[in-house]
Amino acid sequence: MSTVIRVENLSKRYRLGVINRRMLYEDLQSRWARWRGKDDPNAKVDARRTTTHAELWALKDVEFEVRDGDVLGVIGHNGSGKSTLLKILSQITAPTTGRALIKGKVASLLEVGTGFHPELTGRDNVFLNGVILGMRHEEVARKFDEIVAFSGVEEFIDTPVKRYSSGMRVRLAFAVAAHLDPEILIIDEVLAVGDQSFQQKCLGKIGEVAREGRTVLFVSHNAAAVENLCDRGIVLEHGRLIFTGTQSEAIQYYVNREDHSDNSNLAERTDRSGTGDVRIVGLNLRGERGEPITTASAGRAVEIHLLFENLSGKPFPNLMATIHVRTHFDAPVFIQQNRLTGDSFGALPERGALVCRLPRLPLPASVYRVGFSLNSEGKGGQVLDSILHAVDLPVETGDFFGTGLLPPVLRGVCLVEAEWRLEAQVEAAAV
Amino acid sequence: MADPAPAAEDLSQWTAVVTPNRGWLDLRLRQIWAYRDLIVLFFKRDFVASYKQTILGPFWFFAQPLMTSVVFWVVFGRIGKIVTKGVPQFLFFMAGIILWNFFSSCLIKTSTTFTSNSSLFGKVYFPRLTVPLSVVLTNLATFGFQFVMFLGFFAVAWWFDVPVHPNARLLVLPFLLLEIAALAVGVGCIVAAATVRYRDLAVIIQFGVQLWMYASCVVYPLSAVGPAYRGFFVLNPMVPIIESFRYGFIGYGEIHFWELALSMGMTALLLVIGVVSFSRVERTHLDSI
Repeated sequence: MSTVIRVENLSKRYRLGVINRRMLYEDLQSRWARWRGKDDPNAKVDARRTTTHAELWALKDVEFEVRDGDVLGVIGHNGSGKSTLLKILSQITAPTTGRALIKGKVASLLEVGTGFHPELTGRDNVFLNGVILGMRHEEVARKFDEIVAFSGVEEFIDTPVKRYSSGMRVRLAFAVAAHLDPEILIIDEVLAVGDQSFQQKCLGKIGEVAREGRTVLFVSHNAAAVENLCDRGIVLEHGRLIFTGTQSEAIQYYVNREDHSDNSNLAERTDRSGTGDVRIVGLNLRGERGEPITTASAGRAVEIHLLFENLSGKPFPNLMATIHVRTHFDAPVFIQQNRLTGDSFGALPERGALVCRLPRLPLPASVYRVGFSLNSEGKGGQVLDSILHAVDLPVETGDFFGTGLLPPVLRGVCLVEAEWRLEAQVEAAAV
Repeated sequence: MADPAPAAEDLSQWTAVVTPNRGWLDLRLRQIWAYRDLIVLFFKRDFVASYKQTILGPFWFFAQPLMTSVVFWVVFGRIGKIVTKGVPQFLFFMAGIILWNFFSSCLIKTSTTFTSNSSLFGKVYFPRLTVPLSVVLTNLATFGFQFVMFLGFFAVAWWFDVPVHPNARLLVLPFLLLEIAALAVGVGCIVAAATVRYRDLAVIIQFGVQLWMYASCVVYPLSAVGPAYRGFFVLNPMVPIIESFRYGFIGYGEIHFWELALSMGMTALLLVIGVVSFSRVERTHLDSI
């Protein structure tokens, strides 16, 4: 397999706030003054000594290679340089230093529906969009029926796009993009739009492209999508490439790098909702024997203590407490409710803790997000207090199976108890 | 880096080499050819969208030059007493106006290429020069409608033996249109490239074009300009173009061959400067929006 993208020493600098502050008149004045050997009347007083402007290196010395048929996931926070990298590779903007070499026809999809014109019909927009994305007119014509069938908006294809729902617009736009047939496909977060089933369809199409042996660069916040679709991953942080490896290693590296400061004090948090009659002011983790811990272990007991404050004077005898655990990428893992376990708290005192004990934590090593909500009643009650992402829950690997063997990392989102056996005499019909 | 210069590396195996700077004359005109379908579709889009959901639709193509001609006729012809030596003043003004419209709308639209397309340019790559080229096509079509209207009035005048004298100079019309397009794109590209840095130019160009019209023999014949200033006037590339056009139709006007040649030379120069500065800016303009 040969290299199809080689990125060498690539950097991109943005100057902050200095470009558009000037008028043509001032620039001419400065140039005239300098030409005569005089001082620039518009220069800042100490401009001679400090030549540095406010600068932002959106990318700094990034180097990597993509080989033919690779499906590369690009991971990083907002502002880590992911989008800048894709924009340079798509030739939308030029790098400041370094270069990128690309072999093959590139289609980049940084947005769905680029260039759609509301006054034109769906048909006209399919052609316009397809040609903007680099197809020839006759190529669009050849694939037209396929595109329309994929989009599922056949009935409205001769209606102006301004009368489409946003969902229909996205469907039509993705359908065009899905039929580009490039050798290299660059995709940025386009799956954040559309409903669940359509997202699945999009992911399926991207997977299909990848399996055909074409090269894909894929940026997404959806870890499951990166995990499933990609075979390699790179991690960007503050414009620097900090990790290259398989997609699973890259996700793990990214997750572990996260800063997990102590945020167990929740009293001052403002990102909450609810009436506030009862407030959760702290969330503590306790281990097997009730000792405070900061990291939970797979297969061990963990207790989540919700420290509450009830200043309303009401007892809330039917209080329903919910804890939800999500992955680092915000995919739900499980919820737990006292209503599900049949436990009730009785009359609520002024202060105390609602404790949820998980006897054998069935989670593989990673960092999870824990949130909670309190309802006054199981059904038809009001939300009293809720924070979606209250604390991070780091989990380290542990002896879940009691065999001394550690569960494999990042193969699935939960650990499941099981027993294996062999049955020697199996009748064919029973299989 | 003090590396000895690597022996001219062979980059021919790569389809695209993305580097910070390109050579001044690396204009990638072949790419524009590859995107010719896009030019046509942009043209269709702009043309269709320009009269959808308007009351009078395509009628606007005629209304604007017609009304302007009437106003100019009253203001400059009747009140201002511009001398057109027996040529019907209405035709005289209309000839100038439709040519000038073609020029000024190409110029203004081209000069806003980057600002009005920034969201599209931020998401997808295609040669940005396709936009000015489609602007020319759109305005050429508009000119076509207005020209037909002009021919109608012209035919009526001829029928009633009004002194108009169409002549062999009409044959240069296609070249005149080409030159107008080249001049508008050239100047428009220079302004477009400069507006990326200097936003105030976008305002200046609006009334600058209006002033330019008054310097371009649209509302008066070149002969009305005294010989002392004539050499100065023909430095404006639009003057010989408009004079030649009117000469071809109504047989009235005066322009020397060398004046037209000078105008073409300047147009070519402006076009080259425009296209070069446009392609310098097209790769970085997004950083400063």
